[in-house]
Amino acid sequence: MRLVSLNRAAVEAGLAPGLGLADARAIVPELAIHHHDPVADAELLDRLADRCTRYTPMVAVEPPDGIMLDITGSTHLAGGEGPLVQAVQGHFADWRITVRLAPGSSAEAAHALARFGHGEAGGEQATIRALPVAALALDPESELALRRAGLKTVGDVLDRPRKVIAARFGPASVYRLERLVGVSAKPIVPRSPAPRRRFRRRFAEPIASHDYAIGIVRELLAEANLRLVEEDLGGRAFEARFFRVDGLVRHLRVETGLPTRDEAAIARLFDERLDSLADPLDPGFGFDSVELEVLQVQSLKPSQEDIEGEARSDSPLAGMLDILATRLGRNRLLRFGPNDSYIPENGQIPSVALDTPEACIWPRPQVGEPPARPLHLFDPPQRITVISEVPDGAPRRFRWRRKLHDVVRQEGPERIAAEWWKGSDDPLGRDRLTRDYYRIEDSDGRRYWVFRHGLHAREVASPEWYLHGLFA
Amino acid sequence: MSDSAQTLSALRGRLAEGMAGGCESGHGFFVSGHGPLDACLKGGFQRGQLHEVFAGDAEDNGSASGFAAMLGLCAMQPGKSMLWLRTLAAVRRGGRFNPAGFAELGGDPSTLLMAIAQDETALLRCAADALRCDGFGVVVIECRGSPAILDLTASRRLTLAADHSGVTAVMLRLDAREQPSTASTRWLVRSAPASPLEAGAPGYPTLDLTLLRQRAGPAGREWKVEWDRDAKSFRPPSQVRHGIERSRRTAPLPGAVVPVPAIGQAMARARARLIA
Repeated sequence: MRLVSLNRAAVEAGLAPGLGLADARAIVPELAIHHHDPVADAELLDRLADRCTRYTPMVAVEPPDGIMLDITGSTHLAGGEGPLVQAVQGHFADWRITVRLAPGSSAEAAHALARFGHGEAGGEQATIRALPVAALALDPESELALRRAGLKTVGDVLDRPRKVIAARFGPASVYRLERLVGVSAKPIVPRSPAPRRRFRRRFAEPIASHDYAIGIVRELLAEANLRLVEEDLGGRAFEARFFRVDGLVRHLRVETGLPTRDEAAIARLFDERLDSLADPLDPGFGFDSVELEVLQVQSLKPSQEDIEGEARSDSPLAGMLDILATRLGRNRLLRFGPNDSYIPENGQIPSVALDTPEACIWPRPQVGEPPARPLHLFDPPQRITVISEVPDGAPRRFRWRRKLHDVVRQEGPERIAAEWWKGSDDPLGRDRLTRDYYRIEDSDGRRYWVFRHGLHAREVASPEWYLHGLFA
Repeated sequence: MSDSAQTLSALRGRLAEGMAGGCESGHGFFVSGHGPLDACLKGGFQRGQLHEVFAGDAEDNGSASGFAAMLGLCAMQPGKSMLWLRTLAAVRRGGRFNPAGFAELGGDPSTLLMAIAQDETALLRCAADALRCDGFGVVVIECRGSPAILDLTASRRLTLAADHSGVTAVMLRLDAREQPSTASTRWLVRSAPASPLEAGAPGYPTLDLTLLRQRAGPAGREWKVEWDRDAKSFRPPSQVRHGIERSRRTAPLPGAVVPVPAIGQAMARARARLIA
C-alpha cells in the first residue's frame, strides 16, 4: 500500500505521495490513514462544483482535485475579485475544506498559479515568470529536457525565441506557454448540469387559501406541459413545493408509470397525494411561493389522432396504476417476476409495478398434475408437531393451532436442498437445512403443504416440522 | 291525490327498471364449467357484478382464497389484468402471496397485480376506483374480518363501479360473518376430500360450495366441484381416476422391482402414466 495524498501535517513530517505505507509508518508511527476511494473523491468534487455554481454558471471540474470557475462578468456580484476570492475561501472553510485559490487571466494561468504559486508578489505576469517550468504541465521528458537546458522558470523559457523552443521541445510547449501568459486562450468546458424544469409562482402577498395554492399548481402544470411539448418529453415524476412564510417547505411528489403530459391526470395524482397526507397541507400564515419541478422526464412523441379525431390513449390501466401507486405508496403495488430459485419463498421477485411495465414469462405447470404449490405461503412457516411412523418418513398425524389432524393421503417428499453454491452467510446458502416437503390431506379433506426441516440424523438429531401453506 | 299516486307508480316503475337493469347487467356471463351450478345461476356468473366468497372455517381460508382465484381465472378475459387487493394485516396473518401457486391454479402471474392497502378503508376505496377501470378483467378484494366500514353502502358502491365498467369483482371474506350486501352471488367454501391419485396422493383441488345467496334466484344449493387447472374450469369430481384403473391393468414391471417407497410416488405416478 502506498500513500496517495497527504495533508499539510504529514508533508511537514517528511512524508511524500508514493511512499510505501510501511515506510511512512516507520517515519510517523501515529499516521492516520484512510483508504483511497477515487470514485468518492470524484463525487465530492462534483458536489463541490455544484456548490460553486452560486458564484458563476461556468464551472468546470479538473480531476482529480481541481475546480475551474470562469468568473468573467460575475465578479461584481460579490463586489470585486478580492471579495469573491474571500467569499469562496470562507464558504469552503465552513465545510472544513482547504483550498488554494488563484485568479488568473486565462484558465491555464489560474491553474498554474493555484498549483505552483506562492502568493502574488508583483503583477500576474511577474508571478507567472517566477513559476517553475513544471507549471507548463508538459510531459515529464520535455520538462526534464527544459531543466537540463538550464531553464528553471517560466520566465527563462519566455525569454528565448519561440522558434527555438518549438524546435527543441516540441510545439506543445509553445502552445502551453502562450496560453499561460494569456497570448492565446482556450475557453473552459463548463459542466452542463441537466436543465432543471422548474416553474415558480411568487406572490406579492402570502396566500392563506389552500385551494388557491392547489389551483396555482394546476397553472404551473399547464406551463410545464407547454415546455414538455416543445421538447417532445413527458414527465415521469413531478414535485410541488409550497414555501410558507415562516420558512417551512412542504413537498408533494407524484410519479407515473408512463411519461405523460396529461394535466388532468397529473392534477388528479396530486389530489390523491394530498388526500393521503398524514398531516394536511397547512398554510399557516400563508404561502409566499409555490413551485413545480418536473424531476424525471422521458421521451414522449406526440401521438397521432385516429381517424375519428380522438386522441389515442394508452391503456386505461396505466392511469389507474398511477393512482393506486400514489394512494398506497409505490412499493405497495407489485408485479411478480420469476426468480431462478428452488426455495419456495424465494421463487419470485416482486417488483414495483410502476417501474416494470412489461410482463415477464412464467414457467407453465405440468399438465394433468394437481397443484404442487399453495396460493399463499406462511411467512414465517408455522411450526407443527408431527407424529410419523419412522423419523424420516411421511407424517401420520400432526397438530396445528392446537388441533389434531389425521393424515389420510400424502405425497412426497419433494426434497429441496439449501443453495450450497451460495456462501454460508446467505440466509438460504450453504450450511442451511434441507427441506422435505409433503403434500398431505387430512381426514376432513383439507390439503396442506408441510416440510421437515433438516435430514434426520444427518443434519439434525430431531428435525422440526413446519406448515408452509394451505392448498385449495 | 291521483297525481301523487301516478308519481308513485311511475317511481316504482323506474325503480323496478333500475333493479332489473342492475340484475341483468349488460356485460354477459362467464361459466364455471360445472353444468348444474351454471344452470342454477341461469347461465353462469354475471360479469360486472360483485361475487362474495366466504370461508367455512379458519382452516378453509386456503380453499376460499383458492376458489376466489379460480373464479377470477374463469372470469378473466384475454389481454386484461387481474388485480388482487389485500391489507397489510392479511399479509401478516394469511401469509405471502405465492405467484407460483397462482400459476399452479392455471393463472399467469405476469398478468397479476398485487396491491397492499394499509387498512380496510383504503382497501375499499382502491377497490371502488379499480373497478371503474376496464383495464382490469377481475378485481379480487381480500378482506379479513367484518369491518364496520363494509356496509351495504360500501358494497353498493362496489357493485355500481363494477357494473359501470364490466369488471368482475370477487370479494374474498376470510374469518368473516355474513353482512348484508348487494353481491350478485354469495358462496360458502369448504375444503372437501379429493379423489386420490395413484399411490394415494392427494388429488385435484376439491371444494364443497354452498350458494348462500343469489340475487333474484333460489339459494341454498350445494355442490361438490373439482378444479381443472388445464381447462380453467370446474367439473364434478370423479370418484376414480382413470390413471389408477389403467395402472392397475398394466402388467407388473419385468425384472427385479424395488418396492417403491413413499419417496418415489410422484415418479411412480409419472411412470404409470407413461406405461399406460
